[in-house]
Parts: sequence; C-alpha cells; structure tokens
Amino acid sequence: MATESEEIDRYISREYEHGFVTDIEQDTFPPGLDESVVRAISAKKNEPEFMLEWRLEAFKIWQQMDVPEWAHVHYPDIDFNSISYFSSPKADSDKPQSLADVDPELLETYEKLGIPLHERAALAGVAVDAVFDSVSVATTFKDKLAEVGVIFCPLSEAVHDHPELVKKYLGSVVPLADNFYSALNAAVFSDGSFVYIPKGVRCPMELSTYFRINALNTGQFERTLIIADEGSHVSYLEGCTAPMRDENQLHAAVVELVAMDDAQIKYSTVQNWYPGDKDGKGGIYNFVTKRGDCRGERSKISWTQVETGSAITWKYPSVVLTGDNSVGEFYSVALTNNYQQADTGSKMVHIGKNSRSTIISKGISAGKAENAYRGLVKMLRGANGARNYTQCDSLLIGSQCGAHTFPYVEVQEPTAQVEHEATTSKIGDDQLFYCRQRGIAEEEAVSMIVNGFCKEVFTELPMEFAVEVQRLLGVSLEGSVG
Amino acid sequence: MLIVKDLKVEVEGKSILKGLTMEVGAGEVHAIMGPNGSGKSTLSHVLSGREGYEVVGGSITLDGEDLLALSPEERAWKGLFLGFQYPVAIPGLNSSVFMREAVNAQRRSRGENEYDAMDFLAIAREKMKLLKMDESFMTRAVNDGFSGGEKKRNEIYQMALLEPRLAILDEIDSGLDIDALRVVSDGINKLRSADRSLIMVTHYQRLLDYVVPDYVHVLSGGEIVRSGGRELALELESSGYGWLEKEPAAV
Repeated sequence: MATESEEIDRYISREYEHGFVTDIEQDTFPPGLDESVVRAISAKKNEPEFMLEWRLEAFKIWQQMDVPEWAHVHYPDIDFNSISYFSSPKADSDKPQSLADVDPELLETYEKLGIPLHERAALAGVAVDAVFDSVSVATTFKDKLAEVGVIFCPLSEAVHDHPELVKKYLGSVVPLADNFYSALNAAVFSDGSFVYIPKGVRCPMELSTYFRINALNTGQFERTLIIADEGSHVSYLEGCTAPMRDENQLHAAVVELVAMDDAQIKYSTVQNWYPGDKDGKGGIYNFVTKRGDCRGERSKISWTQVETGSAITWKYPSVVLTGDNSVGEFYSVALTNNYQQADTGSKMVHIGKNSRSTIISKGISAGKAENAYRGLVKMLRGANGARNYTQCDSLLIGSQCGAHTFPYVEVQEPTAQVEHEATTSKIGDDQLFYCRQRGIAEEEAVSMIVNGFCKEVFTELPMEFAVEVQRLLGVSLEGSVG
Repeated sequence: MLIVKDLKVEVEGKSILKGLTMEVGAGEVHAIMGPNGSGKSTLSHVLSGREGYEVVGGSITLDGEDLLALSPEERAWKGLFLGFQYPVAIPGLNSSVFMREAVNAQRRSRGENEYDAMDFLAIAREKMKLLKMDESFMTRAVNDGFSGGEKKRNEIYQMALLEPRLAILDEIDSGLDIDALRVVSDGINKLRSADRSLIMVTHYQRLLDYVVPDYVHVLSGGEIVRSGGRELALELESSGYGWLEKEPAAV
C-alpha cells in the first residue's frame, strides 16, 4: 500500500493543465533594451510627447538602479538584453471592433482556459477588456459604462483620449524611482487598463481584465491605473493564465489605484500563470508593484488576491492611507508547489488620522516550494488612533516545503495600535485520514481542507470570481497538492 | 460478516497485535476492553486502514472481501465507519459541506444519486434531533472549537448520516460527563439494527451499562485473552485489569 506521502507526491507531480501555445504571428521587437527601444515602443503606439518624455525619464532612472536582492527567492540573473520589449498580434491598426472580429484561434485559447469570453460577458454582465499579449483585442460593455460616465479602456487609448487624467495620475502612486521593476515598467510598459469612475458613481458592473502572456521571450509589462473620484465605487477583477513553455518569462506589472474622498476600490486578482514544470524548469517571473493611495477622507481600498501560478512571485499590494479615517485591506491566498517561490505580502502606510488596515494572508506550500510573507505596517507620526490588524497563516503540505514570515512594523505614532498574529500548520495525516475514513477521497479531502484554510479570504472575493477561484484552486491542488 | 484471523501488526518494527482472532456477525454488538497499551486503538486503526501500521500476518475480511487491500475511503464505501477517539478539527470547513460530501461520495460509490443541498438538509435535521444537537452546529467548522461532548456527539451524528454496516467506536465514552454519555449512548442505541454491527472499544465498562453488548472481549498484550458475555465486563469492573498480568495466557 502506498504511503500517504507517496500519494501526495503522485498528486503533486501532475502536469499543468493549461499549458499550450497559441500560434499567432507576432509583431515582435528583437531582444535588447536601450533608449531607441523605448522611443520605438512609444512611436509604435503613436504616443503624445509627454508620454515619451515620461518613459525616457523612467529609463534613465532605471539604468541607475540595481536589481533588488532582498526577497526570499532564488533564480539566475536575468539578462535584460535577452528580452524583447514589444509584441502585439498582427495588424495592430486593424484591431477587432467586436468579438465577431476576434481571431477564432484566440477565442479558442480562452475557451481552453475555461474563460468563454462571450458567455461570461453576457451571463455575468461583466465588461471585459481582454489583453492578449500587449495589445487589447476586445472591449465590451463600453456603451453601458459610458452612460454613467465611467471610462474603462486600454491605457494606450487613454493617453490619447484623456491625457489630462493620465498626466495627473500616472506615476502619482508608484513614482518612477520607486523600485527597479516599476521603473522598468514605466519605461517600456506595453498596455493595460485605465479606469476612471466619476464623482458619486457606483460602477454598474464588475470590471475585469484577463491577461495572457503568449509571445516567446517577450517580457510583458502591464500598467493599470484606476481612479475612483469622490464618493464613487468600483470593483475590478483581474485574472491570468499562461501557456506552458521552457523559457523563463519576466512579467513586471504596475497597478496604481487612487481613491478620493468616500471612494471605494476593490481590486481582486486570480493569478494562475505557468509555474514551471515539476523539476522547476520554466515558469513566469512575476515581479509586480501594486499600490493604492487612499488619498481622500473615508476612502477605502481592498486588495484580494489568489495566487497559484508563476515560478517566482514578488508582490506586495499596498495601501497608503493618506486620508483621515481611510481603510486599507489585503486578503491573500498564495499557493506554491514544486519549485515555486513566492515572496509576497502587503504594506500598509498609515498617515491619516484613525486610518485602519487589515491584512489577512494565507500561504500554502507543497512540494519543494518556498512561501514567504513579507509585510510592512508603518504608522507615521500624526496618524492618531490608527490601527492595523495582521494575521498570517501558513499551511504546509508534505515535508520538503518552507514557510517564512517577515513582518516589519514601524510605529512613530504613540496612539497607533498594531496587532500581529501568525500561525503555521501542516495538513495533518490526521485530517486526511479523518476525511478519507468518511469516504472522501484524498484529493478531494486536501481540496476541502485547503479551501477551509482559505475561507476568510475567499469570502472577500466578488461572487463573479467565486466559481473561477474554485476552479483555479482545484486545478492548482490537482497539480500542486495531493 | 467481519472476520479477523490471526492478525499480526507491527508499528515501527514493534509487535503490537500478536495474532488476534475475532468474528462479528450481522447486528451483533461487541465490546473490546483492555488496559492502556493493549492494542485497542491499533485494532481500530488497522480495521479502518490508517497508515503507519504494518500487517505482518493474518487477514481481515468483510463479507468475504479482503479489507486490507482497500484504501480507507474504499472501506468507508463498503460501509465501515470509525468513530474517532480524538475527532479531528478542520478549521474553515463547514460541517454540513463536509458531511454532504461524505454522504454523496459514499452514494456515488454505490451508483446512487447524490443529495442536493435541500435533500441533505432535511436528512441532516432529522439525524441531529436524534443526537439532540443544536442547528447552529451545521454552520460551524468541522470539530473546530467543539467541546469534548460535542465532538463525540458529532461522531455519532456522522454515523447516523452514513448508516454504516459496521461501526467501530473507539473510546467514544472518553471525556464525556454522565449527561453527554447518556445522549451519545441513546444515539448509539437508536442506531442499533439487525443489519448493523458494532464494535465498541473502551477502557471502562461504564459505557456498557448504556449500550449493552452481546459479546465482550478482553485484549491484553496484543491478543484477545478472554471472551464472554455482558457479565465479563462487570467482572472486570470489580477486579480491574490487574489479574491480566498474573494470568497472561488465559483464554
């Protein structure tokens, strides 16, 4: 009879189910990065002068910076000159105007991923701005959003149609010099989503974007900017998968959120990029900067993320609580398996009086994976009565994985309160046996135990995402747990 | 129905069961008693297929089928139930979701239709009444934060839902006060039937005042050293287990 750990190994060693490559002719720059590449990207997108200048400045800053090495992750040095910095599906000028115009092969790709764009859009009432590689290929429900004045479009369009908003807010949350990867992103970002919710408007639908990385050796540099003006509400969903491949791929996205007085932004992510094979070969390098600024009083920003993919994840969705009585939240599930490495967590920077933040982090490690929580809670002087509650729980599956917690707390304000709780547990043979004795097969049992562990985070996800998360977690557990 | 023949079990090279033989017929209630370390829990775990026990000799069959060849879940599908001495908590996993999946997994294995949420709720309510359980129990996580009494009641509730053909109750009486013991015993008695066999593993005979067994076996040093009727348990109560050490070979 196989031992429990052998059975776990068997589940762990299953193949990634979403691996395949779509054969679409690419219009791709040769590898390498210098000023001319930055200029070429800007030219390719017919950008106004201010954007080119912004990119060039970012590039200059980036050249002065060093690759950050403080994270608890290990990987060979990246040769930034071996990466191609632009790729788009053919016929850029001839982008599909509706789903009917979309390349059937692309639609098929979405189908394989279980993202039936048209059905999902129609059934769930979700506006979808699908980013395929670097250029947006389908945008829906635009009219309905336009009725209430919501702007939801590719960032590349926004620089033309709403330059005043872009100028005002782009880089205002994550400045050019913030970090190595965000500076790189600013110099070469391909595209992304732009959202503006006018004063007092409740966005009538969930907004979602599906990202796919599909061009061989092409780093993808998404940039998203969401602005919620006074008293507005918006919920934004982001989900991604990527095809199987051997080469490591760099992904360095930047997301900026701005919430004005009484505005609320809920940003939810499901990330399921190719994690590499069971020997640790291939997989996406995911170095992301996500930050929200609760600029206004009583504003609120919530990050919810379910991270199951990527070979390396380096990601700390953060909230700067500038406004008095503002609220920041971070709910995270990060699942790593095989040789996956994740160094993820959140930063909450309290500036406003009575600002409050909550961090709930659930890390799950299986196989030989390493999962680190790294969080910073900072209470600046003057943040009277500010409060933070942090809870990080780690779940280990098998005996070869690791969980680490690096909580940093900086308190300059004597009236502020900071609470931190951390637990580490192991899916016990006891729990598995209990489930199996009741007739629940091992794989299903692990899935139920892990789902239970993540429950506090899952309940924060919008309903529209619940099904997808179940599916993604199920797939990841099949391929990653036992 | 259940036939255990000359069962020899080792744990990490150490011999725990040294040739245990017993037979349980349909509808019979057997009590297995014995001092700590006699191998009582090992027997429960080996019958239910827990890892970590090496069967080095003998056989176990359920209705003629080799039980040792089956995984724990397959044994459950055949109608084997283990009431745990220490029920395991699963934080965040809703009790009703858990039990519905368990019941449906067993129904699937028999080619029966699964219960939907409403069907299951109706059945669950009925079984909860049997154990005098509060409805709020359904929304709690499996055994998480349960008192000792609640955990044991929950085990019998699960047994009621799963309707096993053979239930092994491992020290179901441990950690119960007299009121809780009465509720749990009442539940067990209501679940007794002509086609359901019970094996009650217990250290104390107290439980047997409430759930009266047909047969009592005394386990000592990895073997059944005495078998008898109800009266054997009473004898043990008055004389304790001390005599076992003086007459280890008694049969």
